[in-house]
Amino acid sequence: MRLAILDCGHSLGTKVLFAIIRTISRQPIPEVVKLVMYRPDFFGTHMKAVTHEAMRGPSAWSVGDRELMVAFVSKANQCEFCIKAHTAVSARAYRDDAKVAAALSDLERADIGAPLRAVLRMLGKLTREHKVDVDDMRAVLATGVSREQIEDALAVCFAFNTINRLADAFKFFVPGPKAFEVGAKFLLARGYR
Amino acid sequence: MSNIRQARKALIKRILEGGGRASQDDRRAAFDNAGLALPLSSLIDKVARQAHKITDADVSAARASGLSEDQVFEIVVCAAIGQAARQYDGALATLEAATEKS
Repeated sequence: MRLAILDCGHSLGTKVLFAIIRTISRQPIPEVVKLVMYRPDFFGTHMKAVTHEAMRGPSAWSVGDRELMVAFVSKANQCEFCIKAHTAVSARAYRDDAKVAAALSDLERADIGAPLRAVLRMLGKLTREHKVDVDDMRAVLATGVSREQIEDALAVCFAFNTINRLADAFKFFVPGPKAFEVGAKFLLARGYR
Repeated sequence: MSNIRQARKALIKRILEGGGRASQDDRRAAFDNAGLALPLSSLIDKVARQAHKITDADVSAARASGLSEDQVFEIVVCAAIGQAARQYDGALATLEAATEKS
């Protein structure tokens, strides 16, 4: 972590909570948790509300689909921490590691269905190029994806284009696979609140 | 998804208009990725456009220009949200245009 305050500048209550979590999980505190728990009135409280609504609120997209969108957007941003974290959550939600790996390595040939593929393609372009055009949106709509589903996907994209940037700006420590497994279990059970 | 629109609005209002250690002008400039002086402008442009290329030196240079860690924290948060918000708002307007004509 590049800022010491994000590592160890938390309130006493939060430090106690972190000690308990470390004991129970036997893993380091994920750096994204340190970020949202630092002066949470400035950023974390509102960001958690946005993220939870986007990722676990009502939507025609499944939790696995939305977590795959996050992994895909994170890949477009080359954010290692978030790619690993959300590949693990998506694979666990789908109960299908191969499907997630295929979508991330070769989108056009992965067996994920035309609607999700079209949305991922659009989110990838939006993330890389910062904009999309009307034809990009029409291509998604043409696969049967509703306007509301596109809005839901854009909300996921907003949340993680924010988090990806912060993960890299503040240099989140990237732990081993076990830590991401524990994190994935937690995120599926509890969400982002 | 009206909940998400409200939650986004509340987040952006808080970071730009609520109290903070960095000035509101700096937070707004970082959100807009416009109007900041070097070396902070260089860090903020990287946050917006190529965050994975940010180095320790980029953050150290911003600190050496006289900003506290809390100020850097707030300004970087504003820059990240600003870029994500521009993408989101632009894409929603494009979606609007695509559904109007189809």
